[in-house]
Amino acid sequence: MEEHLKHHLNNNRRHFLKKVGLGIGGLAAASMIDPFNMFSKGSSVNPTGLNLPHFAPKAKRVIYLFQSGGPSQLDLFDYKPMLNKMRGQDLPDSVRKGQRLTGMTSGQERFPLVGSNFKFNQYGESRAWVSEVMPYTAKIVDELCFIKTMHTEAINHDPAITFFQTGSQQSGRPSIGAWMSYGLGSLNDNLPTFSVLLSRGSGRPFGQPLYSRLWGNGFLSSLHQGVQYRAGKDPVLYLKDPEGMSRSERRKMLDHLSELNQKQEQEFGDPEINSRIAQYEMAYRMQTSVPETMNIDEEPDHIIQMYGADSMIPGTYAANCLLARRLIEKDVRFVQLYHMGWDQHDNLPTQLSGQAKDVDQATAALIMDLKQRGLLDDTLVIWGGEFGRTNYSQGALTDTTYGRDHHPRCFTMFMAGGGIKPGFTYGETDEFGYNIAKDPMHVHDLQATLMHLTGIDHTKFTYKHQGRRFRLTDIAGHVNHDILS
Amino acid sequence: MPQKQFSFLKLGLFFFIPFCLVIIVKFGINKMNSSEPSYQEYASSNTLSKTIIPDKIDYIFDVKPILSDRCYLCHGPDEGTREAGLRLDIKENAFGAIGENLDRHAIIPGDLENSQLVFRINNPDQEKIMPPVHSNLTLSDYEKKVLTKWVEQGAEWKDHWAFIPPTKPNVPEIENNILAANEIDNFIINKLSQKGLTPSEKATKEKLIRRVYFDLTGLPPTLHDLDSFLQDQSESAYEKVVDKLLASEAYGERMTSEWLDVARYADTHGYQDDLERVMWPWRDWVIHAYNKNLPYDEFIKWQLAGDLLPEATLEQIVATGFNRNHKITQEGGVIDEEYRVEYVMDRTNTTAKALLGLTMECARCHDHKYDPISMEEFYGFYSFFNQLKEKGQIGYSEIPKPNIEITPKEIEDVLSFIKMPDSIEKVNLMVMKEDDDFKRKTHILGRGVYDNPTEEVEFSTPAALLEFTDKYDKNRLGLANWFFDEKNPLTARVAVNRLWQQMFGVGLVASMADFGNQGDLPSHPELLDWLAITYRQDGWDTKKMLKRIAMSQTYQQTSKTTPKLQTTDPNNVYLARNTRAKLTAEMIRDNALSVSGLLVEKVGGPSVKPYQPDGLWAETTSGQGLTKYIPDTGESLHRRSLYTFWKRTVPPPSMTTFDAASRDDCTVQRQKTSTPLQALVMLNDPQLIEASQTLAVEMLNKSELSDEERITSIFRKITSRNPDSSELNNLLEFLENSENNFNP
Repeated sequence: MEEHLKHHLNNNRRHFLKKVGLGIGGLAAASMIDPFNMFSKGSSVNPTGLNLPHFAPKAKRVIYLFQSGGPSQLDLFDYKPMLNKMRGQDLPDSVRKGQRLTGMTSGQERFPLVGSNFKFNQYGESRAWVSEVMPYTAKIVDELCFIKTMHTEAINHDPAITFFQTGSQQSGRPSIGAWMSYGLGSLNDNLPTFSVLLSRGSGRPFGQPLYSRLWGNGFLSSLHQGVQYRAGKDPVLYLKDPEGMSRSERRKMLDHLSELNQKQEQEFGDPEINSRIAQYEMAYRMQTSVPETMNIDEEPDHIIQMYGADSMIPGTYAANCLLARRLIEKDVRFVQLYHMGWDQHDNLPTQLSGQAKDVDQATAALIMDLKQRGLLDDTLVIWGGEFGRTNYSQGALTDTTYGRDHHPRCFTMFMAGGGIKPGFTYGETDEFGYNIAKDPMHVHDLQATLMHLTGIDHTKFTYKHQGRRFRLTDIAGHVNHDILS
Repeated sequence: MPQKQFSFLKLGLFFFIPFCLVIIVKFGINKMNSSEPSYQEYASSNTLSKTIIPDKIDYIFDVKPILSDRCYLCHGPDEGTREAGLRLDIKENAFGAIGENLDRHAIIPGDLENSQLVFRINNPDQEKIMPPVHSNLTLSDYEKKVLTKWVEQGAEWKDHWAFIPPTKPNVPEIENNILAANEIDNFIINKLSQKGLTPSEKATKEKLIRRVYFDLTGLPPTLHDLDSFLQDQSESAYEKVVDKLLASEAYGERMTSEWLDVARYADTHGYQDDLERVMWPWRDWVIHAYNKNLPYDEFIKWQLAGDLLPEATLEQIVATGFNRNHKITQEGGVIDEEYRVEYVMDRTNTTAKALLGLTMECARCHDHKYDPISMEEFYGFYSFFNQLKEKGQIGYSEIPKPNIEITPKEIEDVLSFIKMPDSIEKVNLMVMKEDDDFKRKTHILGRGVYDNPTEEVEFSTPAALLEFTDKYDKNRLGLANWFFDEKNPLTARVAVNRLWQQMFGVGLVASMADFGNQGDLPSHPELLDWLAITYRQDGWDTKKMLKRIAMSQTYQQTSKTTPKLQTTDPNNVYLARNTRAKLTAEMIRDNALSVSGLLVEKVGGPSVKPYQPDGLWAETTSGQGLTKYIPDTGESLHRRSLYTFWKRTVPPPSMTTFDAASRDDCTVQRQKTSTPLQALVMLNDPQLIEASQTLAVEMLNKSELSDEERITSIFRKITSRNPDSSELNNLLEFLENSENNFNP
């Protein structure tokens, strides 16, 4: 902010505080209306009145790299040579054990098993299996904790993704990021607490849709809703001033507005007016802070190279990963990415290669970039989709191609950073890659663990709505201590 | 948008106007509130009541809220999770013997030593204390003392107020009758004097007309309306305004805006690819029904069961679209029954929430934890809505059945309220319609899951409210009649509470969605019941009820608060003044359109697509269905906001930013928040800028006016009052400084 404007604003604020009768003694009261503390918990009283965090957090910030559509664990991380051996043979009923199928394959006469067309190798000291489509990820496996035994209840996209993001298959509950914003407040004075970035997959450019309710606040205050950052001239909706409106002009306007509002406050005595004045100030600051954050011009070449050439193209997953790092650097609490297109019902080898190419280098770069800046220690990174994919082919199985339907019983995610055991693999699936052989981890367990890492006991963190105390984990979920460092 | 070359002065005004529009939200209408106040919050926010135990403990006000919130989870209506066989929500059980040997009692009136409840809640032993440590629930010292004192005073018991049918109370006498315009005021003033408070003075005429315009029509008064009212010195001046507003078409639109939230109305199916649907003819019916003042009982009966009425008219069948507004999926691969069950659930929950103010959905997976609604009763209620021949998964180009075809002929004959454009040959509207030869058996669904049917149930309603006896038909029509049985304890209360909320921002029961044990207690129980019975006795005449509220002195009070009131009644529970409230999302935009002269006052028809930021639909779509938002042109850009096309998975951001409901499910109370994103919309939404420009151009064309006169005129249009000298100076100074910043 330009110096003279800052000065002016401060004067204005002093004037304001004086006018509303807050002397130096009224510090606590002042912080409640402090526009610089609107999103922020800061050092003052937690605005939610919650006694949080419950214990010292391992992760102060979270980046959730959501892979929408359901990436195939069998072609990425969960290596099952048995499936290659038995290629074309039917899935035995003894393995399927009555698993319900989606309407897309329930009518299939046969369920021919299919191993991955991609080569797998073991990498790093941790000897983690990674397929050839994820070469950059392969290089950093010793930073990662793979969970091979994620499982969910939903078998279709809408309920499954809603379940992951809100803890319930039916819409209406707050997203994880909204819970975090509500519970922990902000570490940043100028940017929204819960930031959202979307990208489209090149493997399947028109895959599954997304829904804005996925980053919604549900029954929490809309202060906690995810704010979408978009590629293009208006990075946050309605951020950009009209043509011809200078910053100084905007400043002046807000000062005049503030004065009029203060007058109203004096007449009507409604504290809500002070809150509104503060929101205009926050909006004004966002008009500077958001474009600053979005501007990657200052990033050196070696960083761009690290994330890949795509990171120069706004709106790509790679560009969003770079932005995620910039947001985290500014202490934004929760950054939620969505990468679309992971729904490979057919033509999997081609589509998956494209999807993997979108995310592989940039994900690895993000993790290593955080690490080299010392941010990985207290930033949790999560990578994964809403379910896995079947070990049998959907549609015709040929020598070169196959598809896979949705599979809820087991799939792979990985995590890294704040409080997570690096170079570790949790859980095992059976040799068919169909059932969990050892150590399951449910969606609610993941949510419970995420909360635990941020210093929250998920059983105690509730919000009372229409008479009921709601939790992100509903009435379930266990913290997975085995994956904690 | 008009892109005009502005002169020196024009530039100044151009930037002044959006700023002025910003002010609207601030003080245009003198209603603004932050969060939902509730009796409990009020009680707990009042330091006095936190520390001082009442002399006489009242079961309903002091005790039951604690028992319900901290004890019912394990000692309440849900048999499945009940501990030690003890339930505290029913008197016989709460006072009965417990324990293996039936040798102990939770509550023995007057006996502190032998009452287990007293013993356990005050027990320092972590193993014995109630609520148990693992529940994460605790009792404060104050709450322990209240419960203890209640037992000491004899543990007087009363049934839950909302489940007892209302009776018409006498209108209280008040000392100074001159303060009361009608019975409402007697109730309010009576309570105020008990609290040592007095009503506030009347709001200024400018404030009053603005308030009542927005509350009844959702639009601001024009300068002409304002001037005529100010000039009308007759005693009936205000009443004339109220009558005029209730007779205007805008009244129906305003009422419909509220009802669309309840009915979770939208223009798309809502799941996954979120395809377009046609439900707007039903919306047109709602506007029509309000405008012709269809009595509330018929308004509801038609929507619930219009198809089952004897010799049902086409209009009555159109009304049943209400229960087809739920979301519907086309997602490839879903299991049909799973989603069909969701639709029945939605109709069940919507009906219960909208008409009974109950969280009945809690009894889907287990007996209700707080209210006397068993799982069996839930599915008994559910069975009414389980009789459609419908599919869970629809095709991409399928209009879900049952539906009816509406042609121009029918519109001409009997459905003239449907505003179908000439370009459309016919529409198919989803409705409720049952086949005589089709009856689906309903089973309790274990854990609420579609593929886990257990025992079969009959049509029924929660017996604690009113039993569904043989006198009612065993179908939705029977259910509709059950709602309007004089013994139904909730229907009328919930209905008047909704009207009260519309006029005062907060209901007499603040928790509009929950009249159950966990809900807020009524701030004025007698008034609520008086209104409920009066509404029924007046033949469910909605306009009459709204007029009664609008004519009360309580409504006409100023919303100014005082330091004393801020301390004694910060949430304005007792209404010693009116409450400041925000304009709704619809009002904010409609107001801008109206004052700038852009508003196209055309009623009904297909939903429209005003300005929306580029790319919002495109960036999340799968390529199917509505892939690209193409704004309309011409008059469709400037229709009232209730006509804005609602795509559920990507709703219009300028609306949702201002707390419009998501329309994913039934909403009876919107959030009221204040966020920086709202500020951004006010500053930069093209719609608001266009309105500003239009207003500016109009003013600038009046070359005979001075800057001062222009500002005064615009200020007045936007706020319905004149600026005072400091406001005028503020704006003149801004205008002057703005001009200096531009080099034309």
